Amino acid sequence: MSDLLITGARLLGGEAKDVLVREGTIVEVGTGLDAPGDVERLEADGLALLPGFVDLHTHLREPGREDAETIATGAAAAAAGGYTAVLAMANTSPVTDTAEAAERVLDLGHEAGLVDVQPIGAVTKGLAGEELAELVLMHRSRARVRVFSDDGRCVSDARVMRRALEYVRAFGGVVSQHSQDPDLAGPSACCHEGELSGRLGLPGWPSVAESSIIARDAQLARHTGSRVHVAHVTTAEGVEVVRWAKAQGIDLTAEVTPHHLLLTQDLLSGYDPTFKVNPPLRPSEDVEALRAALADGTIDAVATDHAPHARHDKEHAFVDAAFGMLGLETAFAVVHDTMVRGGRLDLATLADRMSTAPARIAGLSGHGSAIEAGAPATLVLVDTEASQTVDAAASKSLSRNNPWHGMSFTGAVHSTILRGRVTASLQGAS
Amino acid sequence: MSATTSSTTQTRMPRHLLSMADLDAGAIRTVLDTAAQMHDVQKREVKKIPTLRGRTIINLFFEDSTRTRSSFEIAGKWMSADTINITGKGSATSKGESLRDTVRTIDAMGVDAFVIRHGASGACHQVAGWVDAHVINAGDGTHEHPTQALLDAYTMERRLGSLEGRHVAIVGDLAHSRVVRSNLISLQRLGAHVTLVAPPTLMPSGIGAWAERDGFALSHDLDGVLQGREGKAVDALMMLRVQKERMSGGYFSTAREYTVGYGLTRPRLADLVERNPEIVICHPGPMNRGLEISADAADAAQSLVLDQVSAGVAVRMSVLYHLLAGEDTPTVGTTTEGSAA
Repeated sequence: MSDLLITGARLLGGEAKDVLVREGTIVEVGTGLDAPGDVERLEADGLALLPGFVDLHTHLREPGREDAETIATGAAAAAAGGYTAVLAMANTSPVTDTAEAAERVLDLGHEAGLVDVQPIGAVTKGLAGEELAELVLMHRSRARVRVFSDDGRCVSDARVMRRALEYVRAFGGVVSQHSQDPDLAGPSACCHEGELSGRLGLPGWPSVAESSIIARDAQLARHTGSRVHVAHVTTAEGVEVVRWAKAQGIDLTAEVTPHHLLLTQDLLSGYDPTFKVNPPLRPSEDVEALRAALADGTIDAVATDHAPHARHDKEHAFVDAAFGMLGLETAFAVVHDTMVRGGRLDLATLADRMSTAPARIAGLSGHGSAIEAGAPATLVLVDTEASQTVDAAASKSLSRNNPWHGMSFTGAVHSTILRGRVTASLQGAS
Repeated sequence: MSATTSSTTQTRMPRHLLSMADLDAGAIRTVLDTAAQMHDVQKREVKKIPTLRGRTIINLFFEDSTRTRSSFEIAGKWMSADTINITGKGSATSKGESLRDTVRTIDAMGVDAFVIRHGASGACHQVAGWVDAHVINAGDGTHEHPTQALLDAYTMERRLGSLEGRHVAIVGDLAHSRVVRSNLISLQRLGAHVTLVAPPTLMPSGIGAWAERDGFALSHDLDGVLQGREGKAVDALMMLRVQKERMSGGYFSTAREYTVGYGLTRPRLADLVERNPEIVICHPGPMNRGLEISADAADAAQSLVLDQVSAGVAVRMSVLYHLLAGEDTPTVGTTTEGSAA
């Protein structure tokens, strides 16, 4: 059913309105709206209505690691988290580096039918960082790939990065870069470099390994007249460079993860691989810089880097365990609690950072739209008063590497609506 | 973590020995005192005591080790425990089994303790959360090596007496050393002043803030420290191994340059002994003779290198006793084969 009457919802947290949806499209926004009895009603008194969230950085693990996540389970987790679109990272097995692979992800997303699953294409063949993947064919495929990334493998070769930026400029694509200079932070780097990494004896991941790549990529974006997106900025130094690049008018955008907005490196002191993520959790000074940057718009978007892992891949020694943590279902609660209740953002700006801006960066039409007649009814209802305690076992993800387990947040997703259809709700998906 | 096994004294012993931080000053004292009793067993003709009869200790070594593993094995055997060595190489781990599965499999056999050497920092902490047995850290990555620090303290005390107010300089590849991280804790808890000496590239990350927080000194000038130009005269010098492979990582240029700056060369040794004939020189081994320590220094009268190895067995007996033996178990007792000792 894609006809729906939402009543009494506070639009972007403001005035309460009714929203009438016909065939997936908003046809009227007003007060005292009525609809025929066969139209599904969603009483939303006290809830806030926002455009559905868009995640620029999701790992769905299919194809290749369906034991950790499938497109269907990841999509269910996304819908539960208020997302209506996710960008599926290319580091699957096989890698999404061809048109066929991208279309396969798109089709599996359609089959799941809970969120729009938009594939991200690899920048280089097999994520090897050497030869460009078929960027144009991926773009011309049914998947219309616009965002390219080698994910955790930074495109560190400046020549390859330059060519990729030049190449995607032709069709308005963007390269999403995991900014990690591999010479300064090698593959084993797993703890923010500083006193704690020294004490714990863990391989350090210095801030400069991030900021130096952002600086280089900003210069390359300027030189090529192309567009670069900085995946998960995590350091104050990185933020500083992003701010500088934007001030120069360089076409650069940036995202931050919920975990880097709240969790700090101190969680590593017990060597629990649940908290092992790349880039690593940082000191509280960096967390503060990231919050400020998200508030003032230096950082454009929140992206989860949802990274499910089978339990046994996390049960190795810390340096040997897999990087990554879950994030889709908890993102809103974390961002709301940290940023809105923390007095740094209002709900309308949260909606920009979690929906409108990421939709714009990804070039996704039909997401992140204003809530008005004629727009697709792709929405999320949130309860800003509800408190919840995260239970890892209750996740719709197949994996349980959940750093939020046992933590309490104020703010919860009530219902997610994709083109007029409720894809998730507190009462369970319809 | 929670202290469950208490020794015969009032000192609370932790369930596991994962870090030197698990032992407060009182517990360190207790372990060292018991080690002295255990040391006497080494001199007996029949070295077997019944203290840990019926206990099973697994030496689980994921990394090569000669002295630490044999030291733990001898310690366990002299105390009548059943000790079994398992090496990680060629074990299930190299077949892709998770660390948790590996240790829980062995734990399920009903063993009493794991003595673990692992190339990854924190591995022992993780294992302690997965198994019922006691866990003793025999060296984890570049993190800690608590029994080495205990035997170092024991050895230095035998020669110098109390370490309270003594000045210990630790020199070498500190960035990659688990020995220094454990020694920093134990030496400071025993009241010693510590100065770390290394080129900047071989210092651990964040060492400045760390030194300030914990109250130890740093220097890049070995001669300045040895000649007392930076603080008080040195009572003990601990030389740490420098791996030649570090040169490729850009940590230093050549062995020659390292030795000129930080090696305990023959002239440095002569100067040092002239200033203070009572100085002691330690090295946890294995030594790179000619690189961080000259042959003359390694074999000098001031060198405690072999005393350290000897003490290693006694200290490990003490640790096994305090972690594994029941409250009523006598420390040393008589040898198992008759009372003729």
